[in-house]
Amino acid sequence: MSDQVDAPRKPSVFLERQSYRRRRIIDAARVLPLLGLLLWLIPLLWTDEGVAGVRSSTAIVYLFSVWLVLVVLSCVVSTALAFRDGPQSPPHDDEAAQ
Amino acid sequence: MSMLNTLIAVCAAYALFLFAIAFAAERVALRGRTGWLRSPVVYTLSLSIYCTAWTFYGAVGSAVRSGFEYLTIYLGPSLVLVGWWWILRKLVRIGRAQRITSVADLISSRYGKSNLLGVGVTILAVVGTTPYIALQLQSVTLSFEVFAAGDMAAGEEKGHTALWVAAGLALFTVIFGTRNLDANERHNGVVMAIAVEAVVKLAALLAVGVFVVWGVSGGVEQTLARIDASALGRWRIDGGRWAGLMLLSAAAFLCLPRIFQVLVVENDDETHLRTASWAFPLYLGLMSLFVVPIAVAGLDLLPPGSNPDLFVLTVPLSQGRDGLAMLSFLGGFSSATSMVIVAAIALSTMVSNHVVMPLWLRFAEPGATVSGDVRNVVLTSRRLSIIGVVMLGYLYYRLSGGGAALATIGLVSFTGVAQVLPAMLGGIFWRGATRVGALTGLTLGFGCWGYTLFLPSFGPGVFLPEAWMVHGPFGLSWLRPQALFGIGGMDPLLHALFWSMALNTAGFVAASLASFPTPLERLQGAQFVHVFDHSPSPRSWTGGAAQAEDLMIMAQRILGAPDARALFEREARRQGLHGGLPDPTPGFLETLERELAGSVGAATAHAMVGQIVGGMSVSVEDLMAVADETAQMMEYSARLRAQSQELARTAAQLREANAKLTRLSVQKDAFLSQISHELRTPMTSIRAFSEILRDTEGLAPEDQHKYASIIHDEAIRLTRLLDDLLDLSVLENGQVSLNLREGLLSDVLDRAVAAAAADETGARLRIERDPAAEQVWLNTDLDRLSQVFINLVANARKYCDAVRPVLEIRVSAGEEVVIDFIDNGQGIGREARDMIFEKFARVSDQKAGGAGLGLAICRQIMVRLGGNISYLSGQPGAAFRVVLPANIALAAQ
Repeated sequence: MSDQVDAPRKPSVFLERQSYRRRRIIDAARVLPLLGLLLWLIPLLWTDEGVAGVRSSTAIVYLFSVWLVLVVLSCVVSTALAFRDGPQSPPHDDEAAQ
Repeated sequence: MSMLNTLIAVCAAYALFLFAIAFAAERVALRGRTGWLRSPVVYTLSLSIYCTAWTFYGAVGSAVRSGFEYLTIYLGPSLVLVGWWWILRKLVRIGRAQRITSVADLISSRYGKSNLLGVGVTILAVVGTTPYIALQLQSVTLSFEVFAAGDMAAGEEKGHTALWVAAGLALFTVIFGTRNLDANERHNGVVMAIAVEAVVKLAALLAVGVFVVWGVSGGVEQTLARIDASALGRWRIDGGRWAGLMLLSAAAFLCLPRIFQVLVVENDDETHLRTASWAFPLYLGLMSLFVVPIAVAGLDLLPPGSNPDLFVLTVPLSQGRDGLAMLSFLGGFSSATSMVIVAAIALSTMVSNHVVMPLWLRFAEPGATVSGDVRNVVLTSRRLSIIGVVMLGYLYYRLSGGGAALATIGLVSFTGVAQVLPAMLGGIFWRGATRVGALTGLTLGFGCWGYTLFLPSFGPGVFLPEAWMVHGPFGLSWLRPQALFGIGGMDPLLHALFWSMALNTAGFVAASLASFPTPLERLQGAQFVHVFDHSPSPRSWTGGAAQAEDLMIMAQRILGAPDARALFEREARRQGLHGGLPDPTPGFLETLERELAGSVGAATAHAMVGQIVGGMSVSVEDLMAVADETAQMMEYSARLRAQSQELARTAAQLREANAKLTRLSVQKDAFLSQISHELRTPMTSIRAFSEILRDTEGLAPEDQHKYASIIHDEAIRLTRLLDDLLDLSVLENGQVSLNLREGLLSDVLDRAVAAAAADETGARLRIERDPAAEQVWLNTDLDRLSQVFINLVANARKYCDAVRPVLEIRVSAGEEVVIDFIDNGQGIGREARDMIFEKFARVSDQKAGGAGLGLAICRQIMVRLGGNISYLSGQPGAAFRVVLPANIALAAQ
């Protein structure tokens, strides 16, 4: 019985999978800045006391590695998103996809 | 001297080069070949105006003074860009949908096109940006001084350099920044020049960095070792500042007028954000990669006491790399100039749209319809604003003396501009944010920032008396500028950031909650917050009063005659009119207002259209549209629910009907088998006894008589059964004709009791009656009625299993005549009660006296007579109630 209600709106399985993937990519785009913030706040835990302190070279390597990782991940995510959306501008249903 | 001359020559050549680039870009754009001008790469590079001279030179100085703290300035914006999906995407979409021209316009437009808010944000932006422009001028001057060292009297040169630079920048900005009025159209020339400058400054910093790492230190390993061995060798940073500054720079990145200009206003394609989301963090990373190595090299190579802010220049110079130093100088120059240019454009747009135009509208006598070219007014006001803003920066620089006070102004300015953040984020994410809330928050935040950070930044005794700093104003120690509410010991910047943002946000939220927005505010709020799923515009002008000619004149004066004519023709065509002016429909007025907003800002455009049209209405449809998504969703789900309920009901009905049909089918089968059975039993005995009579010789006469009477009895029974069936069929088909007569109920009962007693067998049934109550006159088919009574009495006789069977007949006549037949037997089981009025229904098999049609016939008769018969539960024995309607029962006479 309930099939009658849903039937006209139900997209095909293929599309379903597509938009599912797209939503997850968007999730990834949302999570990235939080990941970056977390990693960049880790220096707050470093001690600056004497010998046990973190050396500046270590700090440089760490901070810039995080930077690079963020750039690469962000590049992957936005490229994947662009690839899925095709050349036209993104569809409008994004907000509804919560 | 020669070095300085070369520098001036290079500088002039570079400036000419930038002019040429901008000019060429404008030419290319004019011919419509904007393909690569509007590529994501150019967009990303244009964002680099975030990296000003303050960051180009100042980052190294900051690294020397406070270690890695400089990084936070880059980390915040990187996070904002990486998290573009959260905020930037929405901001850019809103900017494009609403044709936003500046931060002030965004805030003003969101909160009901309030010009007061626009003015407030404009003032905030000017106050926050002017010192920053001064800082750029200072950096250019300082870098000149490095090359000019010992060449001539520095004091005089200093002022001249800054003035020349300021004048040159103002000229460039006026030429390329006000070519077209529509701020929504890209300033292709400016953007292109900025993109080139972005490449130059990155290349310069990377070149110096590469030189320091591989040329001076001898490789990555050695550089890292050198860093560890230097004064910066250990990670040492204040945790509060690390997190706080990261937050601050992220906030400032969203609110800085110049960033907003390139990020939102100049944005040409939303998909460019995707590229920028990773490319700009990469750019920032590269910009900051070599800062610490350069700082360490500077500390090693240069004499103690050198200005660390200029290491980027002085390190190559000290190694005799004049060419590299020149490139580095150009990098710094680029950083400074691009910032000033864009900031001047952004601020001039704000000032002209939110301050000059409203004033002009008010004081130019007959208002918007006056003849004359508003275009010129707007352009002139914008040009003057640009010159004014740049000169304000210059004045600030001169007045502040260009001292160390300027060096700290960067973060102070950031904090000031970040005060817009609560109103901005609240505006695009929270429908409940109101104009009053935004005004309260901005005022509190701005005031707090000015009192705790901006004014003290000039040093004690300049604006705030020294006694105030130590003891608080008028001796109120809890109001000390750097220890509000007695909470001292905080870093002054963090203290100001915390209190200003806290008061700002609290004021914003509290006042928003307490106030009530106007309809226009609510509409704009809904449009901003739901920008991704909203129709273009849910508000409308009441068109009637407006004159199309007036609108045409006004539009011509703002958009220019060709554009205005094109717009009006397009609209007329869309309305199906040929060769005339379009009717001032609400839709047309909206389009027009939006076009105008691109030139003079939302509030001014609104006011101008309002002057001609007279008023704005918020129609019921608009309000419905505001109720938007949520309501639609609710409506949709309610509809779905109703549908599914209806379906469930239908399903239940269908199931019921199906069950009934099944039952009927079973009943029909049962009826057929019953009737065959009922017919066969008498038939069998008739056949058997007739065969005996025929075949048996010499049958005794009494036997003969006995068998013949059996055959006769069975034939009678068969006839009766067939009569009953026929009777029932006639009754069921409604073919019966009633023989209406008048008579007394008592007579009918007498006849029925007598007839039922005629073939009495078994125990004698005592019948109790109430003769007085039976004196009721009836007008009905008395024979049929008595048939019902006979049946009921006979049933009681047959089935009453009491030792002394008694049948009580009670009559009560009111509106209806009710006759109850109650015996003293066991009664009928609950489960059988539904069935007794069906055909061939018999309660028990052992007393199979009839065919089981009696009560079925009774019910049909009663239905025909307009009454009914039912089983009466709750009585000691079996009880039947016959009801006759009153209109056939006449009052007893």
